[in-house]
Amino acid sequence: MKNYYLGVDVGSVSTNIVLLDEEENVIIKKYLRTQGKPLVILQNGLREIKNEIGDFKVKGVGTTGSGRHLASIILGADIVKNEITSHAIAALNYVPNVKTVLEIGGQDSKIIILKDGIVTDFAMNTVCAAGTGSFLDRQAARLGVEINDFGKLALKSKNPVRIAGRCAVFAESDMIHKQQLGHNQEDIILGLCQALVRNYLNNIGKGKDIQGPIVFQGGVAANEGIKQSFKQALNTEIYVPKHHDVMGAIGAGILAKEEVKSKGKTNFKGIDITDIEYKVRGFECNDCANMCEVVEITSDDKVIARYGDKCGKWTDSINTNDEKLA
Amino acid sequence: MKVTFPHMGNTFIGAKVLMEDLGNEVILPPKCSKKTLEIGTKHSPETICLPLKINIGNYVESIEKGADTILITGSCGPCRFGFYSLMEKEILKDLGYDVDIIVFDPPDGRPMELLRRIMKAADTKNVYRILRSIVRGGKILEKVDNLIEYSNKIRAKAFNSFKVDTIIDNFYEEVRNVHGMEETSKLIKETRTKLDNVKIDQNKKTLKVGIVGEIYTIIEPFANLYVERKLGHLGVEVDKALKPSSWVKHHLLPGPFGSGEEKRKWKEAAPYLSTLVGGHGRETIGSSIIYAKENYDGIIQILPLTCMPEIVAESILPTIQKDYNIPIMTLIVDEMTGEAGYQTRLEAFVDLLWKRWEEDNHEELLSGS
Repeated sequence: MKNYYLGVDVGSVSTNIVLLDEEENVIIKKYLRTQGKPLVILQNGLREIKNEIGDFKVKGVGTTGSGRHLASIILGADIVKNEITSHAIAALNYVPNVKTVLEIGGQDSKIIILKDGIVTDFAMNTVCAAGTGSFLDRQAARLGVEINDFGKLALKSKNPVRIAGRCAVFAESDMIHKQQLGHNQEDIILGLCQALVRNYLNNIGKGKDIQGPIVFQGGVAANEGIKQSFKQALNTEIYVPKHHDVMGAIGAGILAKEEVKSKGKTNFKGIDITDIEYKVRGFECNDCANMCEVVEITSDDKVIARYGDKCGKWTDSINTNDEKLA
Repeated sequence: MKVTFPHMGNTFIGAKVLMEDLGNEVILPPKCSKKTLEIGTKHSPETICLPLKINIGNYVESIEKGADTILITGSCGPCRFGFYSLMEKEILKDLGYDVDIIVFDPPDGRPMELLRRIMKAADTKNVYRILRSIVRGGKILEKVDNLIEYSNKIRAKAFNSFKVDTIIDNFYEEVRNVHGMEETSKLIKETRTKLDNVKIDQNKKTLKVGIVGEIYTIIEPFANLYVERKLGHLGVEVDKALKPSSWVKHHLLPGPFGSGEEKRKWKEAAPYLSTLVGGHGRETIGSSIIYAKENYDGIIQILPLTCMPEIVAESILPTIQKDYNIPIMTLIVDEMTGEAGYQTRLEAFVDLLWKRWEEDNHEELLSGS
């Protein structure tokens, strides 16, 4: 039976799972839509992997992404790491002397500045829709273009139109206006790509010392048009890793490998967790004015985890684990 | 007269002791909560900065508990805080609340007017008594600030850092039920003993992070999503550039007591920002440089969305980060209660600081020192 490390990135838009071997090669990867059901999707993903490659042994588990704590409860993770560190680790694995990591995902985007393999600065944005993948998704739908063809179409443009990129609302009304003027689709699409890049560099890239080698990752890195626009704006080569869409999960897997090496064993609960039925319930605790939204995970009527409370009343009532979540 | 005042971190404890010492009845606003914010957001202009929204929530909740007089400080500085008192008056009037609002503006030019207002609020004309109570309130405030500072140190080293949270939560609850200087002092002492009993790991290496930025969001834990606690749980000792007690010193006790620290900040800031930009923009720059010189591991700037003075400071901080080789991160807070993104940034920042520390110490080991 083969030994692998499991890396899991539970994001708001996608849930990514990878298996790494001892040399940190990606054996299998899954890029799944989270669809607001992270637990079910995670279980399905693991089941698919099991069916595809047969039995395997998990030597270590790392989780990352905004759902990292949730995933770690279910899997029994050896390490729970934030997205920024995970992405940086994965990029370093791909280009060892990388100085800048551009990451654009579904709901957030990040910039990470490194020096001699150490993160020295970063910025992250979670609220601005104009700089993320879901904005492109939406606009592609509006133009009636498949998101997978979006980038290729952009490259066909010879004369991109200028679209306001500061805010998704401005961009959208600008785009509709240009559409009605009769500009062709490629030009509008490339214009959108340039607007997104402009917004990214002005917003999270603001004041950051962007130097090459630059690695561009995240779901949006698949988009040739965006890559092209970054190349133009920064006037340097942009590297897109082969597994650009699951870099967070790869980083988590690498970190898990290091952690297990120093710890000597894994906390992994076993691949059978795919067959357990988990129920998630949220309730508002009305005992004080904080009105915390508490989340409770149960299986077989047994409470596995509770979190989300500020005072620790609910969390403490089930386990003696000191680490409180959320 | 039943007086109340808005929350700003520990200030309520000092203000409560002060007013009680003068024999007034104090109605404390309930602890800031989601409900406070909801009320505040509903009745405030959408684009105003966060502190005003929380203030309004505090007032309404206090009035519902029976308060009829509100005490607030004013400011003549070029920052929106300068018109907080006026706008808050208008908002409460529009809401139909019949309350008396007493504003303490800095005494610039009109010291008698300030004195008249203080006498009104204190409900006595005995200036000596008033001064004595102010000193007592100030002392308590300083004691509480020291207590919280101490708890931050303990939290970073504690085996179970959440125990510290429980002790401090209990303190904030109990302090509402004790009255006057003596009882409050006693409670502070007891809480300190409890903190001393928390088991700590003496050998644990901790990081030191300085917090700079807009005063309200630094001081009020509800506004900054309990940043001190979050960092403490990550093994970080936190120091805040502005504290309620130092604010009192700066503004209410002019002269040799307070201004020294502020002057030093201005001096340090001068090469980067030589003039007042409103609020504490200049102090943010100065404090950052001081933290850097004191070999802190990192600095976090916190500001409410749309805060102009801090936006000016924010644009200067990258230069300081470069000149002094110290990581600085800016966090902007607004009426959000989802904390995932906030937590992620803090964790990543602390990771970054650890890696830097490891690297520096690794080099020292190699050079055989």
